Amino acid sequence: MDKSIMIANALSVGYGRKTVVEDICLMAVPGQILTLIGPNGSGKSTILKTLIRQLPPLSGTVFLEGRSMPRMSHLEIARSVSAVLTGRPEPELMTCEDVVRSGRYPYTGRLGILSEADQQKVDEAMTAVGITDLRDRDFNRISDGQRQRVMLARAICQEPKLLILDEPTSFLDIRNKLDFLYLLKALVRERQLAVILSLHELDLAQKFSDTLLCIRDGGIDRWGTPSEIFTDGYIEQLYGVKHGRYDVRFGSVEAEPPHGAPLVFVIGGGGSGIPVYRKLQRMDIPFAAGVLPENDLDLPVASALATEVIRERAFEPVSAEAVQRAMEVLTECRYLVCCTEIFGTMNRGNRQLLTFAEKQNMILPVGELARLWDKTSAL
Amino acid sequence: MSEKRRIRYTACFLILALLLAALLFLNTVIGSTQLGMADVLQALLSPGGQGTTERIVWNIRMPRLLSAALLGGALSVSGFLLQTFFGNPIAGPFVLGISSSAKLAVALIMIYCLGQGIVIRSVTLILSAFLGAMLSMGVILLVSGRLKSMSLLIVCGVMIGYICTAVTDIVVTFADDSNIVNLHNWSMGSFAGIDWGGVRTAAVTVFASLFCVLLLAKPMGAYQLGEVYAQNMGVNIRCFRIGLILLSSVLSACVTAFAGPISFVGIAVPHLVKSLFRTSKPLLMIPACFLGGGVFCLFCDLIARTLFSPSELSISSVTAVFGVPVVIWMLLSRQRKSAG
Repeated sequence: MDKSIMIANALSVGYGRKTVVEDICLMAVPGQILTLIGPNGSGKSTILKTLIRQLPPLSGTVFLEGRSMPRMSHLEIARSVSAVLTGRPEPELMTCEDVVRSGRYPYTGRLGILSEADQQKVDEAMTAVGITDLRDRDFNRISDGQRQRVMLARAICQEPKLLILDEPTSFLDIRNKLDFLYLLKALVRERQLAVILSLHELDLAQKFSDTLLCIRDGGIDRWGTPSEIFTDGYIEQLYGVKHGRYDVRFGSVEAEPPHGAPLVFVIGGGGSGIPVYRKLQRMDIPFAAGVLPENDLDLPVASALATEVIRERAFEPVSAEAVQRAMEVLTECRYLVCCTEIFGTMNRGNRQLLTFAEKQNMILPVGELARLWDKTSAL
Repeated sequence: MSEKRRIRYTACFLILALLLAALLFLNTVIGSTQLGMADVLQALLSPGGQGTTERIVWNIRMPRLLSAALLGGALSVSGFLLQTFFGNPIAGPFVLGISSSAKLAVALIMIYCLGQGIVIRSVTLILSAFLGAMLSMGVILLVSGRLKSMSLLIVCGVMIGYICTAVTDIVVTFADDSNIVNLHNWSMGSFAGIDWGGVRTAAVTVFASLFCVLLLAKPMGAYQLGEVYAQNMGVNIRCFRIGLILLSSVLSACVTAFAGPISFVGIAVPHLVKSLFRTSKPLLMIPACFLGGGVFCLFCDLIARTLFSPSELSISSVTAVFGVPVVIWMLLSRQRKSAG
């Protein structure tokens, strides 16, 4: 594809003799976001540093707009690539506007004085990012979210074709993370920028990237679209997750399930069970969950946290056979927590479990889960 | 740039220029010999006159006040360059030991030349001071490659300063008696004893360096966001760093060669000027620091000459008295900023 801004081929990156990641092939395409994900220390930053030529490549080639990057001057590179990096600059006595203005560096003359046209680009970038009200504020005295926006405006006003961002959302709260990425996405579409960035937030990477590059053990483990990368079990494998689970459908993280034979049986369904499962997990009380259809909202969390889950096929009523299996588990438990009050055609079977438990005096209301603290310590 | 800021910058430059003019005038008029205002003005209008007043004004006071203004300016610009380079507000030619090692080199050359009966030319002095300055700069850069911590770097500079001062003292102690008087005055720091030839050499060196410094103003502005961003904006970091180090060394070496080591001007003046202008834009700061340094040194020299007239104070003791409170104030205000 000759549309691409940057192509790296068989690129090895690292420090001095120490290779960190080798055999990297990647391509930055206008209007698309390429995201690097991978565990800490896998070399995402090293790759980005090499792409902005802060580090020399150990081997392989990087082409920027069809030209070999090592042959280009810093100024030429600066006119097509700009960056937002992890380090937080703390310039003395610079207003936000001063910081944004520094983005015009590659276009100004010997003394760096901005022309009217340059100033217009600065204003435009500040408007696009929505920081015009910060114009005269001291850059060191604004919040992290605002600072990141100023740095983005600075990068934009450098008029790059390729934007490189190293963990741009790391210090931001959830609202600022979303705002920042939303803004980035809008700018990318509008200006047809090519973007390469690294992210630690997998849930966001999944939603905002066009292509993902997974770095692990000194190489590219996989690359592809979000739906190709976020498949069952792959994220745990990529990051070497030992305790807990990452749910690729919702982008949610579940902790390690409690160990041991189930003490509590939870009847859930339609999302009602999730808070109870999580609470039991936090209390470190092993539990069983049932009977849940394969397509139930509760199922991903239940299967991550419960010792045992009794399932039924999707779109089928709870069968007698499933009730039978549930009953076997239930009799081994001491309590039953019922999270739902609705029993329709599909989950009528669960009602039998409830009735059985009522007879056995096993019912523990959802509101009284805390009582289990005393009861388990009494055990 | 907003209109408000433009007005502020113009006003600040005007203030500095007025202060400079006033101090130049005061330094011409006031001195250990009481001269009438009218006589001084008369003398100013007749250069080359052979009267006592003319001789005092033209051969003693004028070279002295011009060198104070020039070298003071050079020193604070050098301090500003070093602060930008190290990203540390307390860096300066004196703190980093550059002045002291330049002083050592000059002392050695002076003693050698005086011993051999060779007449020393001011260019020789500048060159030896420059070599001395580069030597300690080299050591500091070597250390800074290993030590990432800036405070350790400063400590290292202070240590270099102590060693050089100690060696200079030893050398001065063992020098021939006739040389000592000459050396002693100089090694304490003073603007006295610079003749017109010295002023001319200093002016050429300082203004040539200043011109080059102005050409570095643009990359310096980018460098304030950090080395990596500067590079990303297209600055050739290697060339830039070499240029910055050479220029700051030349400037402080020039000062040391003529006036000996002068403390705290390099730290205090850039800070005062930055606070006055409320910006750190290099293109403004370089001329402003130059003017400010001139004002500061003229003021301190005036006090050094007149406070206990006819005996003189060393210029360093006066600059320290006025400079140290500024430095402490700066450190405290930074502390507050990082805490709040």
